[in-house]
Amino acid sequence: MKNKIYLSAIVIFLIFCFVIFYNGLNRSNVYTPKINQKQNLPKFEAKDFYSDKNITSEELFKEDIFYVVNIWASWCVPCRKEHKFLMELSKNENIKIIGLNYKDNLNNAKNFINELGNPYSKNLTDKNGLLSIEFGAYGVPETFIINKRKIIVNKFIGPINKKTLNQIRKIIK
Amino acid sequence: MKIFKIFLLMILFINIANANTDIKDKNLNNKILKNIRCLVCQGQSVYDSESEFSSTIKLLVKKKINEGKSEKQIYEFLRERYGDWVIYEPELNRNTYILWLLPLLLFLLGGAIITKKLK
Repeated sequence: MKNKIYLSAIVIFLIFCFVIFYNGLNRSNVYTPKINQKQNLPKFEAKDFYSDKNITSEELFKEDIFYVVNIWASWCVPCRKEHKFLMELSKNENIKIIGLNYKDNLNNAKNFINELGNPYSKNLTDKNGLLSIEFGAYGVPETFIINKRKIIVNKFIGPINKKTLNQIRKIIK
Repeated sequence: MKIFKIFLLMILFINIANANTDIKDKNLNNKILKNIRCLVCQGQSVYDSESEFSSTIKLLVKKKINEGKSEKQIYEFLRERYGDWVIYEPELNRNTYILWLLPLLLFLLGGAIITKKLK
């Protein structure tokens, strides 16, 4: 009787292990972050892309509207691809797009804007990448949606495409 | 001459004190970096990685230490932005009770079985 209990306990344990490992086999080993985690807008001070003057987050996000913060760089190939969608989004008068120029050469960045157009109502320089960490970014490109209560309600990792553009439009409605 | 000697000794002491703080800061810096996960790499800590993300985190940790922030405050800052996953050693809270206590329970159970067998 005792042996039977031991045997069934071992069998149950082995089945348990098998199920756990078998499930693990089918899981992706690439970490996908929780992108819907809501987060308060960080307080920061940054340099303006054109004037090089300091600007605070309070001054930047003072209006009672939705803001879109887009992290970009001239060396980032996907940023080039998503730029036309940002240009399209900038036509919407209910939002403002804030650019965050990530670890870039200023001249190259200016050429990028001159060539592809400027969707940003304000652009900030993030020379060492610390500002993007304040937002909880992983790299470039990345886009954050900030609602009227100054909460980051959504973030899009990677370039914006038609699908994400529609998603953003739905959020800011 | 005496004043000169005292002056030299003072400089020496200041330098030793500074060197000690530098070593302490560097040790703390390395300890923190080894405990932060590089979120864009596979199975690497920020300390081991050379990715853009890791180099920025290294800069951030250095800056925070210079500002006088504690290890816990730095982890808290990162946890707020990237979630619990970013730290290798999760803190003890409601979600991690099983993770922390299960090995201890298994150890005690194993010990109890062994003692019972020996008797």
